[in-house]
Amino acid sequence: MREVYYKDIVSKVKLLCQEANYDLGQDVMMAFEQAARTESSDIGREVLNQLIDNAAIASENRVPMCQDTGVSVFIVKLGQECHITGGSLYEAINEGVRKGYEEGYLRYSIVDNPLTRKNTGDNTPSVIHVEIVGGDQLEIQMTAKGGGAENMSALKMLTPSDGVEGVKKFILNTVKQAGPNACPPLVVGIGIGGNFESCAYLAKKSLFKPVGERHSNPEIAKLEEELIQSINALGIGPQGLGGSTTTLDVKIEVAPCHIAALPVAVNLNCHASRHKHAVL
Amino acid sequence: MVQKKISVPFNDEGTIKSLQAGDQVLLSGTIFTARDAAHRRMVEQLEKGEKLPVDLTNQVIYYVGPTPARPGDVIGSAGPTTSSRMDKYTPCLLEKGLKGMIGKGYRSQVVIDAIVKNDAVYFAAIGGSGALLAKRIKSVELVAYEDLGTEAIRKLEIEDFPCTVINAPEGRDWYKESQAAFRKCKE
Repeated sequence: MREVYYKDIVSKVKLLCQEANYDLGQDVMMAFEQAARTESSDIGREVLNQLIDNAAIASENRVPMCQDTGVSVFIVKLGQECHITGGSLYEAINEGVRKGYEEGYLRYSIVDNPLTRKNTGDNTPSVIHVEIVGGDQLEIQMTAKGGGAENMSALKMLTPSDGVEGVKKFILNTVKQAGPNACPPLVVGIGIGGNFESCAYLAKKSLFKPVGERHSNPEIAKLEEELIQSINALGIGPQGLGGSTTTLDVKIEVAPCHIAALPVAVNLNCHASRHKHAVL
Repeated sequence: MVQKKISVPFNDEGTIKSLQAGDQVLLSGTIFTARDAAHRRMVEQLEKGEKLPVDLTNQVIYYVGPTPARPGDVIGSAGPTTSSRMDKYTPCLLEKGLKGMIGKGYRSQVVIDAIVKNDAVYFAAIGGSGALLAKRIKSVELVAYEDLGTEAIRKLEIEDFPCTVINAPEGRDWYKESQAAFRKCKE
């Protein structure tokens, strides 16, 4: 049994929170640069160039790229041969978030109760998903998920007769309704299958994959490519100001489901698609 | 790309009338910040017959909840938040003399009609460019609702703050027009 210490998780999580907010991923930067070359609208190209400048300023000055420094969402893969010493895994992650947000001048965006709405003052609690896997390592993936794109996300319980056409229609409608609100060019995360709650989780999980990488199953990869084309044909463009780049990438995750079901979840991500990952 | 230089607040009546959907503008002057919680509180105060903590006549509200400033900085990251969450409160504030709003995203038809009726203007700034936009903010002063933290009302002095005119008194909608020009599928 390998030991991983509470304090090491805290410092790693603190770093992930800050890097996710200050440093645009290389995958996203490459997608920006590619889009700035191919975008057909003048203003769309201008928006993309400003986003590239914004990323440089944020990284250099250690200032968040966006004022919405998000809900801290974690997907943790805990090896069953790995033992956490000195405190609980959940508490270590929340302590890392507390330190990361306070010391990193990040915004506190969490309220304690959705109805009475008092800010918790330290951006906790975070959303933590734990998967038990083989091995003795602790893998932590973090995303700072902004409110604008999350608010425009949607889930629908389609049925088998809706088929792949129904799935595509629902995805396109969700992106269309989101328009400029979700900060396009978007990364569109899609879950197909599973059940009500696991479908939403599939969509979220898909957003942790690198932008520009296709699904390993050729049929799913083809569907991703087809959706990229049809989403970009909507004309929404960077920031909804018109153009040929409405999405930077479409990511799909699928899972087995009930004979009566065809759940689809669309989790939209803003252009920054902030996600970082570490192994302890 | 031509960028019109505009002074705010809109004390000169002709300025708003000169703006058209799609104009690229650089705003300079003073504006106020307010987002969800501050809007809710302002409208509750008006419903109770109380006076607002700021006189909104001819003013511009920026929908933003900035990150804390690092020592030596004026403000942290400060880009626009989604405007539609303020739609419910906006017509009431326009009736009180508010003339401009800066945010991102669609407005409801009710808000667009109120913009036309009150000779007001809605600007979009680039969402997710808060580090860049913060450079155009020269000073920050806390004005009201301090307990709301990032959602408090602050007075900002801005210089050449870049925006696109989405809705102006002429009634056009720049999101609709600009997207239609690039659409390659049936609506």
